[in-house]
Order: sequence, then C-alpha cells, then structure tokens
Amino acid sequence: MKRTAFYPLHQQLGAKLVEFGGYEMPVLYTSIIEEHKAVRQGVGIFDVSHMGEFEIRGHDALAFLQRVTTNDVAKLADGKVQYSSMTFEAGGIVDDLLVYHCGDHYLTVVNASNMEKDIAWMRANTAGLDVQITDASDRTSLLAVQGPKSLATLKKLTSSDLASMPYYTSIRATLAGTPMLLSRTGYTGELGFELYFDSSASVGASVWNAVMEAGKEFGVKPVGLGARDTLRLEMGFCLYGNDIDQTTNPLEAGLGWITKLDKGDFVGRGALLKAKADGLTRKLVGFTLDEPKAFPRHGYEIRSDGRAIGAVTSGTISPMLEKGIGMGYVEFSASALGTPVHIRIRQSDAPAHVVKLPFLER
Amino acid sequence: MEFPEGLKYTKEHEWVRVEGAAGVIGITEYAQGELGDIVFVELPAKGRTVKQGETFGTIEAVKAVSDLYAPVSGEVTEVNGALEKASELVNSEPYGGGWMIKIKLGSPQEVAGLLDAKQYRALIGK
Repeated sequence: MKRTAFYPLHQQLGAKLVEFGGYEMPVLYTSIIEEHKAVRQGVGIFDVSHMGEFEIRGHDALAFLQRVTTNDVAKLADGKVQYSSMTFEAGGIVDDLLVYHCGDHYLTVVNASNMEKDIAWMRANTAGLDVQITDASDRTSLLAVQGPKSLATLKKLTSSDLASMPYYTSIRATLAGTPMLLSRTGYTGELGFELYFDSSASVGASVWNAVMEAGKEFGVKPVGLGARDTLRLEMGFCLYGNDIDQTTNPLEAGLGWITKLDKGDFVGRGALLKAKADGLTRKLVGFTLDEPKAFPRHGYEIRSDGRAIGAVTSGTISPMLEKGIGMGYVEFSASALGTPVHIRIRQSDAPAHVVKLPFLER
Repeated sequence: MEFPEGLKYTKEHEWVRVEGAAGVIGITEYAQGELGDIVFVELPAKGRTVKQGETFGTIEAVKAVSDLYAPVSGEVTEVNGALEKASELVNSEPYGGGWMIKIKLGSPQEVAGLLDAKQYRALIGK
C-alpha cells in the first residue's frame, strides 16, 4: 500500500487509517461530525495526495483533451479550472476530473482508484495527436484547505492575492515558503483552496504545520476521508464508484452541464446523443428521509408503490441537517422534485421524498 | 483502551456482564472506536427472546451501519432507553451508560465459551 508525504503526521495525530485507492489514508482523526462541522464553521485541512495528477503537453494537448473529456476545453482560459468527465465509447463514465489550464500545459486531476485505468485509457486515445501525458502523482502532494476561514488562514502564509481569486481559478504562488499551484477549488461546497506542491516529506510537514499554526485561532482541524464524504454528499457532489461509474452516463447523473454535446466530437458523444434522443430512462436524484433516525446506505432499494424503482448510491446522516440524506438512480418518472418514495431499510420501508440538490444551501 | 476483567467478550465485539441470572450486554471500546460517531441504536423490545449469535439490533454510525450479535441466549428484560436520545453514550461510556440490553440468561453455560479480556485483547491485537 502507498503512503503520502503526510503519513507520519497522520500517525502522530492518532488518525484511524484505512486503505483507499491503493493508499493508506486517514478516515478520521477524532470524529467525523466534529471534523465536518469544523469545515462548515471554521476551517479544515485534508490530505488528498492520493488523487492522481497527469500533465498534458504537446502541440495537440487541447485537441486531445477535447477528444477525451466531455466539457469544452476550448472555453478554458489560462489560469482557469474546469470540472469535467471522460466517457467510454458506449457513454459510461471513465472518471470525473478537474482540468487546469496552466499556460504551457494542462493538468488533469483524477480519482486515486482510477489512476491506472485513466492513464491507460487516455494513452489509448492519442492516435494522430502530438501529446505527451506525464504521471506526476508520485511527485505531487495535495492538501485541501476548506471552510469559511480558509482564506483568512492561508492569506497569512503568502503574499499572493488569494482574496480576489474567483471560484475555479488557479495561480502559481509561494505559500509557507513553498512554491505551489494553488486553486480556489474543493469538494465541500465551502470557500476553499487546493494546494499542489512537491511531495517530499519535509516540504509536506512544513506546509501542513504552517497551515495548522495559521488556522489555530479559527480552530483548524485535520479532516479525514469520512468527513470528506459527508461534506460532499451534503452538496450533492458525485463520488466515482458510488454515484457514477462505467455503467452510468453523465446525462442521467445530472452532469449534463459538463457534457457539451455541441462542442465537436469526443469519445462517447455518439452514445450520449443517442441516449438524449431516446430520452433518459433513469436519473440520479437526491432524497431526504421524512423520519428521524432512518439513514440510507449504498445499495438500499428505493421503492414506490411497493416495488423497487432504483437503488441508493450514496447515503448518510447529514451532520448539519441531522437527518438521513442520500442520492440514487430512480426511474425517470419518479425523479421530479417532491416525489414521495420509500427507502428499504432492513425489513421496513422508510418514507422519503425527492429534493433539490444541494441538500445544504451555500 | 480498556477491557474490564470481569466481562466476557465475543469475536463480534460485544461484551456481557453476568449479574446473577442476568446478563448485561453492550459493545466494546474497540468496537465503538471503529464505528466512530454513533447516531442511532436500534434495540429489540422487552420480552423478545434472542439466541446466541443472532442479530439483536443494529447500530448506525455516521460512516456505516452494523449488526449487533447476541453474545448469549435469553429473554430481553430491560432495554437502555437512554440511548434513544443519547446514542453517543455508546461512544463515551461503552461499559457504563452505553449498555444496550439486559437479558435473563437462557443457557448460562454459554458464558464459559466466550472470550475473557485477555483473549479478546489478543484477538484485536491491543
């Protein structure tokens, strides 16, 4: 199993470590609920160095990204970041990812569990193009600093103007004495930043410790993957492997907004055009449970009129709403907001209804 | 981590404290730590009979749901009602306020087959 540069710090902090995407990662340090609330109310720091970073270079880097991603990379200006997906020829999702325009090259950030599949698939789709794909994952550390106090924390550590950075933009900056790529992005719905820098343990420790020191007055907490999951789910963000995978397409997953069918050809476009023309048969929806103490989990049946109409893909208790929330695919006819459904929890049907995402207004 | 000497343990991380003809049941400190924040404990009604090894309830933590297995057989005579409003007691006092059910032992000889504290520690490597 791989370890990130922050592994010794996780150990010192007494984190509970689990295998995730081939890495030994902290799932929590003290409590998922405490860590979750620190991010919603103050600031939290996440080691997400398990994510994969690929650099895309060459004359045809743009043409290549247009071919393998569903969003329109021609619209991505230097210094901007774009959420996107990659689809197989049949329309199923290879992965969801971020694409950074870094001036002389692009950077794509993919899920740890998909790294090998992604790079192989990307390389298999370079025919006729001048493009080089470099896996920078092992030399890149990634920390996410998220929460309403993230800006106040990080601005103590850099002379760069973080306050004027729009959402989904990136800059080159020196923070805590370390050169890095810094973007205003995240997976929590809060004001937040992601920091990409050299993966040596000493550099990692100095950045981590500087953020912890700067955030002390705001009650900064290290946050594990457990709270990362509850935070993203409150925002209705998809998690690959749960809510999206090669058996789901971006249109039914509610990712039509990153699927630009009119940008020109890309892998999977034909299948997606057909899916759209045929009409969606199912849709990923958010739902909340009507009763307290009923919590949906991955795999539970979603029912209506006594029969299964879908399954839960992600479910938990929302630490902020203090009730069961979840997402899942349901038959299209049951996807309208307000539709009453039931979630099969063990031997009983718990009432729920389809709600607008995100669960939490931000 | 604490594993009191007087208790008997299961491989599924429950404990039972024998009090005469009765047994008080809960989950271990190790189990609560693995589960994390516990938000709901579903327990059987008073009067129900449980069999050793059978599911007698479920425990919902933020990250996952788990079954609870009866360490011994018998009739449920008391249920810890405090957990309904304060399930976090299972996290904070797993051997005290976080107890779950009390049963009238149906087959007292089952107790001898359970793990003692030392054997349980060895099982979980603590």
